[in-house]
Amino acid sequence: MSIIVIYTIVTLSLIGATAAIILYFVAQKFKVFEDPRIDEVEGALPGANCGGCGFAGCRAFAEACVKASDLGDLNCPVGGNDTMASVATTLGLEAVKKDPRVAFIRCNGTCDNRPKTSSFDGASTCSIASSVYSGETDCQFGCLGYGDCVDACDFDAIDLRAEMGVPLILDDKCVACGACVDACPKNLIELRKKMPKDRKIVVACRNTDKGGVARKACSVACIGCGKCEKVCAFDAITIENNLAFIDSDKCKLCRKCAPVCPTNSILELNFPPRKVKPEPELETKEN
Amino acid sequence: MLKTFKLGGVHPPENKLSKNQKIETLALPKSVFIPVAMHIGAPATPLVKKGDKVKVGQVIAQSSSFVSTNIHSSVSGTVKKVDFSADSSGYPKQGIFIDVEGDEWMDEIDRTTDLVKEISVDGAEIVKRIQDAGIVGLGGATFPTHVKLVPPKGMKAELLLINGVECEPYLTADHRLMLEKADEIMVGIQLLMKAMNVDKAVIGIENNKPDAIQLLKEKCKTCPGVSVVALKVQYPQGGEKQLINAVTGREVPSGALPIAVGAVVSNVGTAFAVYEAIQKNKPLFERVVTVTGKGVLKPSNFLVRIGTPTSELVEAAGGLPDDTGKIISGGPMMGKAIPSLDVPVTKGTSGILLMREEESKRKEVLNCIRCSRCTSVCPMGLEPYLLMTLGEKQIFDRAEQERVMDCIECGSCSYTCPSNRPLLDYIRFGKGKVGAIIRSRKK
Repeated sequence: MSIIVIYTIVTLSLIGATAAIILYFVAQKFKVFEDPRIDEVEGALPGANCGGCGFAGCRAFAEACVKASDLGDLNCPVGGNDTMASVATTLGLEAVKKDPRVAFIRCNGTCDNRPKTSSFDGASTCSIASSVYSGETDCQFGCLGYGDCVDACDFDAIDLRAEMGVPLILDDKCVACGACVDACPKNLIELRKKMPKDRKIVVACRNTDKGGVARKACSVACIGCGKCEKVCAFDAITIENNLAFIDSDKCKLCRKCAPVCPTNSILELNFPPRKVKPEPELETKEN
Repeated sequence: MLKTFKLGGVHPPENKLSKNQKIETLALPKSVFIPVAMHIGAPATPLVKKGDKVKVGQVIAQSSSFVSTNIHSSVSGTVKKVDFSADSSGYPKQGIFIDVEGDEWMDEIDRTTDLVKEISVDGAEIVKRIQDAGIVGLGGATFPTHVKLVPPKGMKAELLLINGVECEPYLTADHRLMLEKADEIMVGIQLLMKAMNVDKAVIGIENNKPDAIQLLKEKCKTCPGVSVVALKVQYPQGGEKQLINAVTGREVPSGALPIAVGAVVSNVGTAFAVYEAIQKNKPLFERVVTVTGKGVLKPSNFLVRIGTPTSELVEAAGGLPDDTGKIISGGPMMGKAIPSLDVPVTKGTSGILLMREEESKRKEVLNCIRCSRCTSVCPMGLEPYLLMTLGEKQIFDRAEQERVMDCIECGSCSYTCPSNRPLLDYIRFGKGKVGAIIRSRKK
């Protein structure tokens, strides 16, 4: 009985040892060299695998960083400048500072502002609703509110607000990975420059219809009147196809444009309440 | 036993409420909106501008490529503007607005009702005249007819199939046309046969229209080569691949056109339009539209000028019932809900169906129970539950492998699903995306 046990142990050990020797030489022969810095860079990244950098995941981004000769075109929006600085130190390159960004839904067509004129009871996703028809309201550009952006967001940064009709992006959670930008079939979401205290001056509208048509569909639609363009001292506002657009890279948050907007389509967010007599000059110096 | 197609199919309640209503000519509307893209293919290019006077039958937009077609004015009057307006999808489409003044027709149109039997033109001329007259498939697909009549190189048509199936519930436009314009349709069929150079034509009619079958069988006696086949009532028999299968037993291969099995399918409405275009010089600017629905006071069949707003038709059928939940352009199975009554009648509008509130509501969506009913009713032999999941999860490469492009969007799967799953919504979405991928690959 015991001899069988001994035989078994010896045979198995021999097989194991032979396999180990073969595997050792095979491993030597087919060894793949991998830059150890890739692991280091990957360790410095947030590990969200969101694809916001334009690569398939954090590992792919790390490989690209190691291969790159300068980091000008590479940016991890989730980690921001701190992460990119530590990546740069690891690789001995110079970090390029980038302005942090934040996503914004350019539609304020909530149920109160934009009355429903029809109803859709098909599959409740924006992509299908928009492929079937223009939407439940008369505005063919506005948010459909089924939340394709919410599904696309890996960071829980979008609140569907089903009762309001338009989702809300939570600035403190948004990392500007851009997943929602691609998910929105109406192209409503824009990545804007992140301002101090999350302040924003933005035209919350994408309606390029003529003024009357736009206004009829939604009470806060941009009618392209051009008043804001005239009042802007920094050339940040452009009007194209009956629609104003505020370039967040040029805007100095002076708040001059918002009060002149006849339809209140320019939103000022996260500002302290205006004084009775607004003094925009004070705000200008803030940045 | 009656013939039908081999795979799948459903039999929804027929509800042909207006089958005994004679075709009435609808009064002229005050203004019309004629879209320039009423057909499959490139939109036509507008030829008129604001302030131009037009006559009935005048070309107002010209065909811009081979797969495209002319658009003719359906009324006489002044062009108000050439502008964009919301069509049935709610998105703006270019079109021509005309204010109606009187009813002055182009001089060359023969307005008499006499039957012209002698065919005095040759095949090539017929195809050209069909192209000039702006004729498209009037069954609903609106594919330009002249393109169908010219087979691609290396292929030969052997058989003309005339689609008198009208498998959609509620719709009776083709049925009435067959009863009232049988002689004209027979001449139209002979014209199409001559254009295609075939000597055999078969008219397929479902067995729920015995009067039409009998009448056309009678007429066939004097028309050599034309015969009538009665078919078992089964939706979607009016799909061209299903009709070919039902009548000939042949199966159109995946991704191929009917011409691959030597058949060309045309609707009875198209045959009638061909007759009018060739024998009466009358281009396509009016069509028969069924206005129906359980709540409708007077379900009717109207002869309507293209571009007439839907509201005029509804008014003529007794007004909009209070409990209307959905207005559908087309039949209940494949039709499309329209967001407003301003949407005009186009060349592809076969019916306006007013659905009552309680019929129109979709039921609560439950989980898939893998009963495989959708698979057993799919007339194309697809697996709808799988295609839906692939569309939902956006796995388009697999959807392409699973032949999502073969889907004819008949809706039998959604109709039969015991869990009320929106199968077709997702499949159509996947089909759109896969189609775009295939097109971009070809570039």
